[in-house]
Amino acid sequence: MPEAVTLPPTGPTPSVEDALALGLTREEYELVCEKQGRSPNQVELAMYSLLWSEHCAYKHSKKLLRTLPTEGPHVVMGPGENAGAVDVGGGLVCAFKVESHNHPSAVEPFQGAATGVGGILRDIFAIGARPIAVLDSLRFGELAGAGASERVRYLLDGAVSGIAHYGNSIGVPTVGGEVYFEGPYEQNCLVNAMALGLARRERLVRSAAAGPGNVLVLFGASTGRDGIGGASVLASAELAGDGEGEDRRPTVQVGDPFEEKKLLECSLELLERGLLVSLQDLGAAGLTSSAAEMASKGEVGIDLDVARVPLREPGMEPFEIMVSESQERMLCVVEPHDVAAVLSVCEKWEVSGAEIGAVTDTGRMRVLRDGELVGDMPVRALVDECPLYDLAPERPAEALYGPPAATLAVDAGPRETLLALLGSPNIASRRPLFEHYDAIVQSRTVRRPEQADAAVLALPDGSALAVSIDCNGRRVAADPYRGTVEAVLECAANLACAGAEPLGATNNLNFGNPEKPHIAWQLSESVLGLGDACRAIGAPIVGGNVSLYNEGSTGPIYPTPVIGMVGRLPDAATAGRLGFLAAGDRIALVGAFAPSLGAGELEKLHGRALPDGLPEVDIGAAAAAAAAVREAVRAGVLSSAHDIAEGGLAVALAECCIAGAIGARVELAAGAELAASLFGEGPGGFLVSGSAAALAALAERVPVTAIGSVGGPHLTIEIAGEMALEAGVEELSSAHSRGLSEFFS
Amino acid sequence: MKFGVLQFPGSCDEIDALHAARLVGDAELIWHRDSGLCGADAIIVPGGFSYGDYLRAGAIARFSPAMESVIAFAREGGLVLGICNGFQVLCEAHLLPGALLPNANLRFTFRQVELDVVRADTSFTQACEAGGTLSIPAKHSWGRYHADEPTLRAMDDAGQVVLRYATGHNFNGSVQDIAGVRNEAGNVFGLMPHPEHAVEELTGGSADGLKIFESMRLAVEGALAGGSSRA
Repeated sequence: MPEAVTLPPTGPTPSVEDALALGLTREEYELVCEKQGRSPNQVELAMYSLLWSEHCAYKHSKKLLRTLPTEGPHVVMGPGENAGAVDVGGGLVCAFKVESHNHPSAVEPFQGAATGVGGILRDIFAIGARPIAVLDSLRFGELAGAGASERVRYLLDGAVSGIAHYGNSIGVPTVGGEVYFEGPYEQNCLVNAMALGLARRERLVRSAAAGPGNVLVLFGASTGRDGIGGASVLASAELAGDGEGEDRRPTVQVGDPFEEKKLLECSLELLERGLLVSLQDLGAAGLTSSAAEMASKGEVGIDLDVARVPLREPGMEPFEIMVSESQERMLCVVEPHDVAAVLSVCEKWEVSGAEIGAVTDTGRMRVLRDGELVGDMPVRALVDECPLYDLAPERPAEALYGPPAATLAVDAGPRETLLALLGSPNIASRRPLFEHYDAIVQSRTVRRPEQADAAVLALPDGSALAVSIDCNGRRVAADPYRGTVEAVLECAANLACAGAEPLGATNNLNFGNPEKPHIAWQLSESVLGLGDACRAIGAPIVGGNVSLYNEGSTGPIYPTPVIGMVGRLPDAATAGRLGFLAAGDRIALVGAFAPSLGAGELEKLHGRALPDGLPEVDIGAAAAAAAAVREAVRAGVLSSAHDIAEGGLAVALAECCIAGAIGARVELAAGAELAASLFGEGPGGFLVSGSAAALAALAERVPVTAIGSVGGPHLTIEIAGEMALEAGVEELSSAHSRGLSEFFS
Repeated sequence: MKFGVLQFPGSCDEIDALHAARLVGDAELIWHRDSGLCGADAIIVPGGFSYGDYLRAGAIARFSPAMESVIAFAREGGLVLGICNGFQVLCEAHLLPGALLPNANLRFTFRQVELDVVRADTSFTQACEAGGTLSIPAKHSWGRYHADEPTLRAMDDAGQVVLRYATGHNFNGSVQDIAGVRNEAGNVFGLMPHPEHAVEELTGGSADGLKIFESMRLAVEGALAGGSSRA
């Protein structure tokens, strides 16, 4: 039996109904009472409700996540810290992680997206790394056609502006990302942000509190009432229909990139001067989760006095101070003799710093107000003893998602179809969005958006990092296992086209309500696919995030396991490009590419429903093709390399022509159905160009089919000697660049 | 020769400027609260958001101790380059004519732009080819150069327009395509595009920006050799 501690006096004791309103179940509330040896008071209940929420405790996903590969030769820091980290050579590590800010963005897209970027950047510098890049992964409802809505444009505009505002202002380049527009995201958009950082290996810091008697210093912005209950109310429940979002606006945090820029420089200087024992950022659940998790990791206790927390507004109750999600704050553990030095560094950066507590050996999280006890909980119960739930997965008996509205006639010819695909919101040029992001600050960006399949960032020793983020939710919805495998392979293919080998990956599992059997099925199939594919390509998962309950009144989102992958190439100067380069270069299709139309972009334009399942994926063959392309790119013998994705071979060819501003003549053999040959999709296919000798050398390792040559002002495709398609590069380029610009200006 | 690069708490491009300056000489950061200029021969006021720029870009930075020293340094003829936010700060400090307004599209915009070199005989462009163009990235939300008619005429008369956006590259809506201006005395120069981000092919899309720093080195070394009082 746990030791019963006298209930600290903080107003009326909350009832079980209060616990239910805060998102705990009746059983969980009873368990809290058991752990406490009495009923929790207001402060304690507020803290339990947050730390036992899905967002903090991963109670529906933890068991699944344990099946993922997390170890590998390059892994320096795995899951469990603020971010994962991999060794990139030269004494440096790359820290990276992806995180979601979906529900806040659906309520208030500008601040939701901005603070999403702010939060992921803090995760990076919390482990001592300087943030060097941001990528984002966005999902909205339909932008064009019958299902389109004004609200989607509002959300897109707000999210892009919020990401730009925060990233640009803090001096971290936004180097890549992806965006899809699909009906199931109409009521529940997704805003996932990924960040990368660099640190000298010995400078990495963990978050475990240590050393009873050491001082807890809170630094950064003051604490206000913003974002109260964000973790439990917003992140762990479904969003209701229109109207309710308005009421929730006060729970969305407000970001200040200037404050974070100072916080970033201040944190890195504190670490550089060796003044910190441990460091943790304040994210969801604010002081509650940061302090309790630091104590849990260090197997110590913490005493924290809320009267010492600098406040933005007077009269805040202890529980409000403990759960506030005010942005731009960090918590650190400092040895007593270093406190003065820490506060002086804070003063230099004009960041407020305050001693708010101490590390103890009690194993308890004790909250005080002016020395008076107002909350007292065992750290283990609070952080580690939330019940974990088994999912009850069940394959849905009927289709979960209806067909999209058709936007292209099924009898449209190949040329018209290609132009329609190039201009469709999921394929069109992302330039109207990404040109609002600073992609070059810090002078590392070797490949900017639309220059290569992955962003490439130079390292000091002449090597480079490549990074990609990807997930085609429609294909995951059609087949959660294979769709997820394809998403991992797509990331690896993007890295290969830049010449990079994977070092590690991060993931953000965006799904609906896991308590529903069909969502539980999507989630468990997807995680299985994620693990299998990551093991096969040697990309361990070093950290990630789970965002569940992404549903609106019209149903769940497409299951969207967003994968971010980081790789390395030995020579930045040989980084690959996607655009065709020189007239006369030969073009080849590399890999065992077996395109089919199901779940493809063309089917969507035709208004067809998703198939039940995708064709089998040969992970080994796809990985072998990627490895061969990677080696050829590194050897500098290819002019271009691009993986075949949405819209199939014809769209990939057009993208290479557009990027290189040069045409191509292509001849395909007769075989499969015309539409599938041109526009069918599937994993494992690459389009490369280069000399005949370079392509012949590649053919010794993997299947290579010569299909044509670069040159002229047109893209022409013949099939079995018959002209199937001819279009001017300028015409292709115009369709591609217009697709999104009419919705975003 | 030595460059001093100002550092405000919200500077973003100061390390890039430091790196660019070090390709042609010595360079050191100068903290915004310090009033000494570390014996620098030329000053760079870098890009970023100086103090968050919540009032108006550059409006607060202009009053920092370091900027007070830079203003005095400029009045004595010292070479001062302002890039992006630095250009805004120099206009706020009245070291340069005109002002920067929000872009015509009202959004932060990043593009590689082509600039026409209007004058290749200044302390900041003497390493450029007369009549040539520079390919340099620009990225800002307040980059629309503005000055009233009389000021523009006076600037024309004094040859103060140094760089213009090439046809089709004036995305921010600057008056008369003006991208970079100098003061009457010719020792202070500001531009919105970022030459420090175009100092090597690998990451800059071109190395054209290096010519600006190279020009400054030539100017300082020429002045030193000529025994100028400004050392």
